[in-house]
Amino acid sequence: MQESVIQAAKDIRIKTFKAIHNAGGGHFGGSLSVSEILAVLYFSVMRIDPSNPKDPDRDRFIISKGHGGPALYTALALRGYFPYEDVLAGLDKPLSNFPKHVDRLKQEGIEASTGPLGQGLSIGCGMAIRFLQQKKQNRVYVLSGDGECNSGQVWEAAMTAAKYQLNNLILIIDQNNMQIDGPCDDIMPIQPLDAKFRAFGWMVRTVDGHNAEEIESVIREIQELQVDDARPAAIVAKTIKGHGISFMENRPEWHSGKITNDEYEQGIRELEGTQ
Amino acid sequence: MNTSQAKMGSTRKAAGQGVLELARAGRDVVAIAADTAKSMYTTLLEAEFPERAIDVGIAEQNMVMMAAGLASTGKIAYATSYSVFTSMRCSEQLRTFAAYPALNVNVIAGIGGYSGGIEGVTHLATEDLGIMRCIAGMTVFAPADAISTLQAVKAAADIPGPVYIRVGRDDSPVIFDDSYTFVPGIPVVHRKGSDVTILTCGLALAYVLEAADILEQAGISAEIIEMHTIKPVLQPEVVMESVTRTGRLLTVEEHNIVGGLATVAAEIMEGTGPFLFRKIGLADTYGESGTPEELRKKYGVEPSAVADTAKRLCT
Repeated sequence: MQESVIQAAKDIRIKTFKAIHNAGGGHFGGSLSVSEILAVLYFSVMRIDPSNPKDPDRDRFIISKGHGGPALYTALALRGYFPYEDVLAGLDKPLSNFPKHVDRLKQEGIEASTGPLGQGLSIGCGMAIRFLQQKKQNRVYVLSGDGECNSGQVWEAAMTAAKYQLNNLILIIDQNNMQIDGPCDDIMPIQPLDAKFRAFGWMVRTVDGHNAEEIESVIREIQELQVDDARPAAIVAKTIKGHGISFMENRPEWHSGKITNDEYEQGIRELEGTQ
Repeated sequence: MNTSQAKMGSTRKAAGQGVLELARAGRDVVAIAADTAKSMYTTLLEAEFPERAIDVGIAEQNMVMMAAGLASTGKIAYATSYSVFTSMRCSEQLRTFAAYPALNVNVIAGIGGYSGGIEGVTHLATEDLGIMRCIAGMTVFAPADAISTLQAVKAAADIPGPVYIRVGRDDSPVIFDDSYTFVPGIPVVHRKGSDVTILTCGLALAYVLEAADILEQAGISAEIIEMHTIKPVLQPEVVMESVTRTGRLLTVEEHNIVGGLATVAAEIMEGTGPFLFRKIGLADTYGESGTPEELRKKYGVEPSAVADTAKRLCT
């Protein structure tokens, strides 16, 4: 694991926090839980070229939890797709090219417009099946929330991926245990997610979603296994909603909200100091 | 036209044939079925191009979203199921993930209108054209027979953004011959007339053409215009000129009179001179279980009923 990936995760988190506050509030919780996942994908494992964003050989990433847009925009910016200043100036602004839910028509690097939950895995299946048929090496990564797995379409897609042996597909579930109305276990118990995906014919791994090194090594392991193993893979990433901000962590009300300037300053101090 | 003696053909099979012909022509097509490979004839594609046919089981939303994924990688995707499911269960998926990103996701929607008949209201699609028409960037076809269906399916491959193609179920009268060319967006004048303009689409066309013969015998000259493209209407002046000339407009559709062809006609004619206007369709209600013939009789689409309504409009 290169130190730069860990640093990228820290930068993504800080600059995501800053961008959301600068926009007047937004989806702090779910944007702060995915920094390490995005850092590993964009700064390590994905084959992408920001200078050639339409490269047909690029890997594809779909953020099914489209409200994590600020984190993805920040990751793309830090990776060189567009200036971070554009994200800062544009996020959630009127007629913005950086809408809070990502939009493939608005920015290079966004592969699918998402926001309505439970949809991204199906798109990923469509992409993955295409690449397999073409015998191409492109991989497809889908990042989904855990609450999102309430949606039946996720399981339609899960069956499809297994049936068509989409071993170029990796689903990462940001398991932060929270959804808007409260803890997932209270609102609609979805566990055990790992056993469910296994039962659906998937290869499953569980990782600490805030340990970039662990995420990267599991993705590399899966990629090696998928050379001979026809199963799609799911990574259950155990995360903390609002990670890094003491007053946000594990509190569902921070799915979306606003903070004061003092809270912002405190948050920045915590993010810069703790990592 | 005499529908009882006409040559018959399956629009569903023609749709499957259309996708197959695209594949044979080297087009990069894929067809997805939702446990509908046999009924929607994606089996035709599968027999020659097995890798191009996908079946996701009874999971229509997943089907449409996979089509979006495939289309986003450059494929020309055809998602095939029944009109009720594709237009309603998949409405959000089509709007947000196919139409808004302008992806080449084409829906072949079987069992449209009264052709669902005996399956009952749960399987009768009588709102689909209106629902699909409200989606910006969506093209909506309701071809009238097997020949125009085959061409409409092929035409969809070259239309940017999604296309919804409503087809039927059982064999239906063949109206066109092989010399016909389906031109998206352009209304087809099947018969010139001077007393009343009858506007129709889809499988109802055959019955309206037969009604025109009945009207002719009664001394009424009906102009028959087929709106195979519900959206976009690229030559509304064809309808405007006709209705302005005849002074009478009758719309005939296998659809709710809210949102479908009657609404399209009203939108086209907005701001034009006075004319008499009647609508044949479901009067903002649901159909029933019955054979397509029984439903066409009950809801006024059979030739004698169309002719009677037109006569009343002309007296």
